[in-house]
Amino acid sequence: MTNYITFSAIQNDLKSGKITCKSLVEHHLSRIESKKNLNVFLSVYADEALAKAEKIDEKIKNNTQGRLAGMIIGLKDVICYENHPLQASSRILDGFVSQFSATIVERLLAEDAIIIGRQNCDEFAMGSTNENSAFGNVLNDADNSRVPGGSSGASAVAIQADLCQISIGSDTGGSVRQPASFCGVVGLKPTYSRLSRYGLAAYASSFDCIGVIGKSVEDIALIMEIVAGKDDFDSTVSSKDVPKYTQNLTFDNNKKIKIAYIKETIENDALQPEIKTAINQKIAFLREQGHTVEAVDFPLLSVILPTYYILTTAEASSNLSRYDGVKYGFRSKNAENLEQMYKKTRSEGFGKTVKERIMLGTFVLSASYYDAYYTKAQKVRRLIQEKTEEIFKEYNFILSPNAPTTAPKFGSFSEDPIQMYLADIFSVQANVVGMPAISIPCGKDNENMPIGLQIMADFFEEEKLMSFSDYLIKNS
Amino acid sequence: MIMKDKYELVIGLEVHAQLQTVSKAYFSEENTYGSMPNTNISVLTLAHPGTLPKANKTSFDYAIKMGLALGSQITEETIFARKNYFYPDLPKGYQITQDKTPICIGGNVIINLKDNQITPENPEGKTINKEHSIRLTRIHLEEDAGKSLHIDGEEESFIDLNRAGVPLIEFVSEPDIRSADEAHAYLTEIRKLVRYLDVCDGNMEEGSLRCDVNISVRLIGATEYGTRAEIKNLNSFSNVKRAIEYEFERQTALVEQNITFGQETRMFDATTGTTTSLRMKEAMNDYRYFPEPDLTPVVVDKTWIERIKNLMPALPRALFLKFTKEYNLSDYDAEVITAEKETAMYFEEMCKITKNYKAACNWLTGNIKGYLNERTLALNQFPISAKNMAEMVNLIDAGKINHNIAAKQIYPKMLENPTKSAEMIATEDNLLLSTNIADNEAFNLEVEGFIGEIMANFPAKVAEYKAGKTGLLGMFVGEVMKKTKGKANPKTVNELVVKMLAL
Repeated sequence: MTNYITFSAIQNDLKSGKITCKSLVEHHLSRIESKKNLNVFLSVYADEALAKAEKIDEKIKNNTQGRLAGMIIGLKDVICYENHPLQASSRILDGFVSQFSATIVERLLAEDAIIIGRQNCDEFAMGSTNENSAFGNVLNDADNSRVPGGSSGASAVAIQADLCQISIGSDTGGSVRQPASFCGVVGLKPTYSRLSRYGLAAYASSFDCIGVIGKSVEDIALIMEIVAGKDDFDSTVSSKDVPKYTQNLTFDNNKKIKIAYIKETIENDALQPEIKTAINQKIAFLREQGHTVEAVDFPLLSVILPTYYILTTAEASSNLSRYDGVKYGFRSKNAENLEQMYKKTRSEGFGKTVKERIMLGTFVLSASYYDAYYTKAQKVRRLIQEKTEEIFKEYNFILSPNAPTTAPKFGSFSEDPIQMYLADIFSVQANVVGMPAISIPCGKDNENMPIGLQIMADFFEEEKLMSFSDYLIKNS
Repeated sequence: MIMKDKYELVIGLEVHAQLQTVSKAYFSEENTYGSMPNTNISVLTLAHPGTLPKANKTSFDYAIKMGLALGSQITEETIFARKNYFYPDLPKGYQITQDKTPICIGGNVIINLKDNQITPENPEGKTINKEHSIRLTRIHLEEDAGKSLHIDGEEESFIDLNRAGVPLIEFVSEPDIRSADEAHAYLTEIRKLVRYLDVCDGNMEEGSLRCDVNISVRLIGATEYGTRAEIKNLNSFSNVKRAIEYEFERQTALVEQNITFGQETRMFDATTGTTTSLRMKEAMNDYRYFPEPDLTPVVVDKTWIERIKNLMPALPRALFLKFTKEYNLSDYDAEVITAEKETAMYFEEMCKITKNYKAACNWLTGNIKGYLNERTLALNQFPISAKNMAEMVNLIDAGKINHNIAAKQIYPKMLENPTKSAEMIATEDNLLLSTNIADNEAFNLEVEGFIGEIMANFPAKVAEYKAGKTGLLGMFVGEVMKKTKGKANPKTVNELVVKMLAL
């Protein structure tokens, strides 16, 4: 079976009878089997997916199928799917089975999407390499000695290796875009509040976004059109109308636009030279087309990362308090009293990175340090938002790399977590301010590893962001 | 010098009232007391990964009602906060509450204190009502936790999460309370208000109303506060009083002996009437409050406040003033009637029919309360309507029935046949008094016969009467009434007695 780049091609072949849903599922199941060494799927729902495919094939015959008939989807292990396991790749949720489906999963299923399995990730979505999973490393399909990125590493590899057509990931500080760039696929983090978070295991609530990873922008636009919008189960979701993203994917090249790039991101010595070259080529192309591309200063760049870490760890320390061994999941057998149960359960159940972040978050919220860290970071977050909004008063998009390097080798960051934190430097701005950002493929480096280009847009400008991205992928 | 004259108490109260909303605070599950453990729960109560809270608008309505009743300022934009601590009955590991932006700020709780001190204004030392105002710091909304159950003989503890997430409002007072009696009066007033406003059933035993006491002592006249203790586990009004009294003794004794002591949380033990230390301040939780990112700020605009204002019932203080000033009831009567909303409303219903407020009050606080107390019923379970009761009062006043007959014969029958009016029963049982002499000549002749008999029995009294001692008239009337077994109209008897004695 061909590797379909777009879902519309799948639907054409389904209609013509060239393929069936069942054959699609069988194809992906055999791909998953043959690529087992990548360690992408924690659970594969083979029987269910096949049974559902048969039903949808019937619907296709009767022309009663939903808009996602034939769409094979993988879920990052932080998205709830009723009666299916959910562990956030953590030991602390050993044996946990979700009793409800995330709002967006409900919406996907209602349009006849097929969920094929649960994807590995960094524990509780904390990490940039997918090396923090209780279920082991995920391998980059372009070079198995390299990381896939994180935290939605497996979700990106699943698309890279054609194990499914769409992955639903989550992006708290670049967790969809950075692995998408490491794996040469497309990854969108929408505006904060565009998608319901109901059914997303929380990392940092005011940053968390469900994101979509796919092979093409048009597939992502279709998913967004279906899952975005108001939800009674999440009071923070925007009630703004959801545009028909799929119908507005054409970028009008005659209308000249203004694009900014933050000087320090591209004119940065730490940036891998091939990435710099690749992005400069894109800039040159856009200028040739008559668009304006200008460098802007962003003096707050150096404080984005500390702001992100203070606030996300603070929220995480609270969000992860519920994992205490009392109600569900893992409980240490070595405890003799309540305090021991808490301490041992959480010490044994969580991995190193999660524990580091819980401790950091508890520290910044503690009475003696609250104002120095948490309050200050909140103020700085507001400043970063204001300064970013200022850029969008004049410019349509901000271009930047996704990461300072292409996918590194396994273990590169284990000695120096600060290096790992720094790898997030370009992607966290969108989460700190809550604006949408996408990663699109942008060539390859000297070792044939994918390079990603990040494009950020103003609040709720997904429509323009996607049409521009689609244009760039197809024309440059 | 005795301690009571040397030291004074400084008390602030924190009162939690469980809201009578249908659903839990931040999500929609049933909220009822007394269900089997862990039956009113869902993935939200259990804090399953991926669940999100939802603000319950009805709990805002309730909190705003309370704020309006107590003269608080209603906060226009409130944000929720997380109070973080680990406890098995707290499923999320944090409680959603309001920290920096409570829904209501300020206000006053007006309490009535009994005073019988001899002062120039009260030279005889009579018991008089003295109004006193306790300042309120704030009222905020929060969710309740579950319950831990420790069963004797069981090695493990059990958790019941039915209560987890039930909406609460917390009233925090300023440290204005100076005695156990004031604390009691404050609690009484809060309970009265939450019941009037249908906010909470006010039941302390079931835990729907709970109270923590912050208490310290200082030398009378001192301006600095002493070291305070927070007393928990107080499940009745009388335990609050006992705990305060115990703490006063304990703390003054320490101060007298120059023993310094630290701020702490103490538990009250109802069996011994004492308090014991639970934890010192140093060991207290750092709750790490921060804004709840899963809930958007709630904006309470003028329209919202107006809507609640229009829903507000008459409040006990306003009714008390109306009953004492307009209806001329005594403070005591007015207090009894306004103590509970149902009583006040029943009384108001009666007063729509009868203008004999005192009689209506007597029936209500006497016969009706007696009936209910004997059977431990609530007023809404009383069979006779306020209308029928008031009509009976009017019948007595109009001279159509006799009060004693009403109380002993008509009222008991009304209890059995609540649909029948007093007049119907009186007519059926021939208990109506005649108001027209001409219509009842035969009966009047009988009465005249009785009068003759009595005059014959008391010749000396007749003579005294005729000599000008007219005060004896009552005695003659009374004797006649006895003979008629109360069936005669006292007015008619009076007239006949006067007529015959004048002969």
